[in-house]
Amino acid sequence: MSMIGQVHVKNNQYKIKGDFHHLELSQPIRLADDNWRLIGITNPRQLTHMHSYGGEAPFFEGLSQGKMMATRCDNQKCENKGSIYQPFRIYCPDCLSKMTEIDMTDIAKKTAKVHTFMVCERSGAFNSLDKPIKFINVEFDGVCTILMSYLSVGDPKMGMKVIPIFKRLDPTYTILDLSFVPAGTKADQLPKGFSF
Amino acid sequence: MIKFSDKQLAIPKLMRPVYLVTAGQSKFDRAFPDKRTEELCIDALTQAAEMINMTPAELKSYIHTCYYGHFADHFGDQLLGEAVIHDRLGLDPLGNCGVKTGGATGGTTMWEAVKAVASGYSDCTLAMGWERMDEVPTDEGNFYISCAADKDWEGPLGHIYTGYYAVMAQKYWQVFGKEEDSFRRTLAEISVKHHGYARMNPYAHGAMKITVDDVLKSPVVAHPLRALDCCLMSVGAACVIICDEATAVKLTKNSPHKPLRIWVTAGSHTLRPADRRDMAIPLLPNETKEQYKDFGKKFPGGERYPGFTGFLAARMAAYYAYNQVGIKDPTEDLDVIELHDAFTISDVQTYEDIGLRPYGYGRDYVESGDCYHTNPKSGKPGKLPSNLSGGLIGCMHSVGATGIMQVFELACHLWNRWAEIHGDEKRWKKFNRQRPSDWIDLQVKGAKRALAISHAGVGSHVTATILMNPDNLIKKDA
Repeated sequence: MSMIGQVHVKNNQYKIKGDFHHLELSQPIRLADDNWRLIGITNPRQLTHMHSYGGEAPFFEGLSQGKMMATRCDNQKCENKGSIYQPFRIYCPDCLSKMTEIDMTDIAKKTAKVHTFMVCERSGAFNSLDKPIKFINVEFDGVCTILMSYLSVGDPKMGMKVIPIFKRLDPTYTILDLSFVPAGTKADQLPKGFSF
Repeated sequence: MIKFSDKQLAIPKLMRPVYLVTAGQSKFDRAFPDKRTEELCIDALTQAAEMINMTPAELKSYIHTCYYGHFADHFGDQLLGEAVIHDRLGLDPLGNCGVKTGGATGGTTMWEAVKAVASGYSDCTLAMGWERMDEVPTDEGNFYISCAADKDWEGPLGHIYTGYYAVMAQKYWQVFGKEEDSFRRTLAEISVKHHGYARMNPYAHGAMKITVDDVLKSPVVAHPLRALDCCLMSVGAACVIICDEATAVKLTKNSPHKPLRIWVTAGSHTLRPADRRDMAIPLLPNETKEQYKDFGKKFPGGERYPGFTGFLAARMAAYYAYNQVGIKDPTEDLDVIELHDAFTISDVQTYEDIGLRPYGYGRDYVESGDCYHTNPKSGKPGKLPSNLSGGLIGCMHSVGATGIMQVFELACHLWNRWAEIHGDEKRWKKFNRQRPSDWIDLQVKGAKRALAISHAGVGSHVTATILMNPDNLIKKDA
């Protein structure tokens, strides 16, 4: 009986349990136009990686708690001190000092608007979002960068005011736990597991 | 507002002149189920030798260092694929190095090869690029390509790179294109042009005789972009041989063409568009600060630079290149160019980044007819023809080879060998392709100077490669 691979960290070491790969046999590829002679082989492979969020972990944990964490450069000697970064960035791109974690959920709720967007009809393998995917890039007052996310309700427009929502029920602990909806959207319109 | 120091903006200088001696490429196609990658690379190197009337063994005896560009190990399912190719080309025990900068891999591979010669480390280098994109189904291929985006902040959002790119296209479409039908038709014209030029190119696998309406009726990928607005996904290889002057003279002793001077510069910008911060527009030699004074008023929504509408990396590569070689106005000083037309709209964005037109006015390069081999309005030669190979939309996008293919194509024009190479019936037959009955010679008559732009993803890396006939330099000490 196979078991999904699970991991925790103890004493600075990954402790793994379950299956991290599955064996499938290769299959021959044959050329139909030339008497079915051998021309290649398939290489099936399914495996699970482990990945550290490192210093960005507070952002991804925060989403599951309904918070949008960001960072701010507070180095008095930095020429761009006071800049707020979303995407959450561990070190200041100018002075390389470690930045201060801040909770910008309120700023996001009050000032988020769509900078640009794209409605995409296609996706790659392993996509878990409904299609078409409504990509939005969101700007916030006082934040020097523009976050990429997706709109879960309605259709995007440039300049549209949007509100962040968080997947607090059964979070995935990925960027998918953050989404946006148009200002004025009611709680009962939110996708399953999400709340304001 | 972020700023750059004088030291960062210093104009590059090569320590000695560097030459492009020869180039070659394989057939490009969507798939080669019957060929290993090394077979395509050997095709490319063999052609490079034939171009200067040498045997591959003779040419190889001059090579001192090798640079190999292929973007995606995971597509080829082979780490150190460079070592496999190097071995199969019989180039051990020479030093070699793999280069990876996404879609700009071809350009960056040549950047390294040029620097090795310029520094004096090597007198002759090989830059070879390829990509193997046919060994997974398309949706898995899309997943693999999306791995070039930030894996935590972008990848999970659909695993579709087109989506991350297209948000920029949408911004450009609305702010500068003003969502006009006429602009949409201009974009379609680019597709018609590139698929059409590909018909004259035996190497190309996207040859199509189509109309603007065909493009506008093709399936929507991400509004306003349709299937025929997008580049191809290809397999194939291309290479160039880069030398110092003495070696270049020796290698071309029995060649029908002379070596060309070559320079490559590079720029970069954030992997995630999300991280782009405001800055002043870095100016090219043909621009002034005043012309962008009221930019936000002329184009509401376009106040941020580069925002989501410009490619700073392309602007910086052009800034370094033009100042290095003395180009004052690219449209006047260059004769033929190849741009990275990943999408019709990004082709237009690039016209502005590299100064063919000011920011906001890129469409005029197409609408004026300047971008054509023969201007459809005047019937005279286009002022600065672009992508006569068919580009990424019509010829190929075999990522690691793409930037090198561009240089092969441009060199054919500067060597006045375009018709000989592209019109050869034997080559068409060898590639199992039919030369069209209305085939025309796209040689740019008298071409002396050329530019290729090799571009990665959402603009994370861009290189500018300049080629010049040594008798037609603008700056003698460049």
